Amino acid sequence: MTRDEIFEKVRDILVDALAVDEDEVTNEASLTGDLGAESIDFLDIKFKLEQSFGFKVADGELFPDNVMQNDEYVQDGKLTDKGFEELKDRLPHADFSKIDSSRSIEQVSEVFTVEALVTFCENKLQAA
Amino acid sequence: MRWMWIDRIVELAPRERMVAIKNVSLAEEHLHDHFEASSCRPAHPVMPGPLIIEGVAQTAGILVGHAGGFKEKVILAKVSKAELSADAVPGTTLRYTATLDRFDERGAQTTTIIELLDHGQPGSAYREIGQAELVFSHIDQNMAGTEFPEENFVFTEQFRTLLTTSGIEADF
Repeated sequence: MTRDEIFEKVRDILVDALAVDEDEVTNEASLTGDLGAESIDFLDIKFKLEQSFGFKVADGELFPDNVMQNDEYVQDGKLTDKGFEELKDRLPHADFSKIDSSRSIEQVSEVFTVEALVTFCENKLQAA
Repeated sequence: MRWMWIDRIVELAPRERMVAIKNVSLAEEHLHDHFEASSCRPAHPVMPGPLIIEGVAQTAGILVGHAGGFKEKVILAKVSKAELSADAVPGTTLRYTATLDRFDERGAQTTTIIELLDHGQPGSAYREIGQAELVFSHIDQNMAGTEFPEENFVFTEQFRTLLTTSGIEADF
């Protein structure tokens, strides 16, 4: 499956799950900031990805799990060095260029772009 | 007190499918308000669509709860899609056939076919009038840092009664 074909499937999933228009789903669009995804939508998206692509997504594989609640990783509303490295390690598909030096946790949701989702699916399909 | 929007479970294939029925009766008070007569039209009792979706959610929710041995608190998290193309009026029976599409430690995804049987039409059969796709959350697994009461406040005595009267054994 080509990257374009993966993008089209991901776009269809996001249009369905988030009730957005096709033209809103661009590579750069972030799921929460631009497309309005809420926490429960991530579970819906995970199920739809599994259904559409036929792979299994483990807990915390696609979106971080228990990182934001960990004092070691987040202090005073900012990612610590350790938290930043942990996120990068656990989410190799995400785009961390959107996190600037302030490392505010509000920026973390911005790393989940459509492109990151496509990369995630591409990696999963290649590993299968 | 919790309002039950299904009368009986008529089929259960664990972790796969559950079928439940709901008889629409004029004894239900809300039908007299939905819609009551006005100066320009007579009364038109119709079961409200959101209550049909609640019945679907109870059917699919029990299927999800049963799949997890009723250990998880199963909460309706999202109505991904809901379509209804006909009114359910008094004297009809709604049948909900819920299918478990995905199930994991975080929650579940279900699809339910909604059918209607009109008892006013002799010899009529169930006909499909809609579908609903629902996402359920196992809330203890999703709300990091948020604590909920230990007891399972979702699957209450009323659900136990429904299961028992439907001939289904449930240990919760």
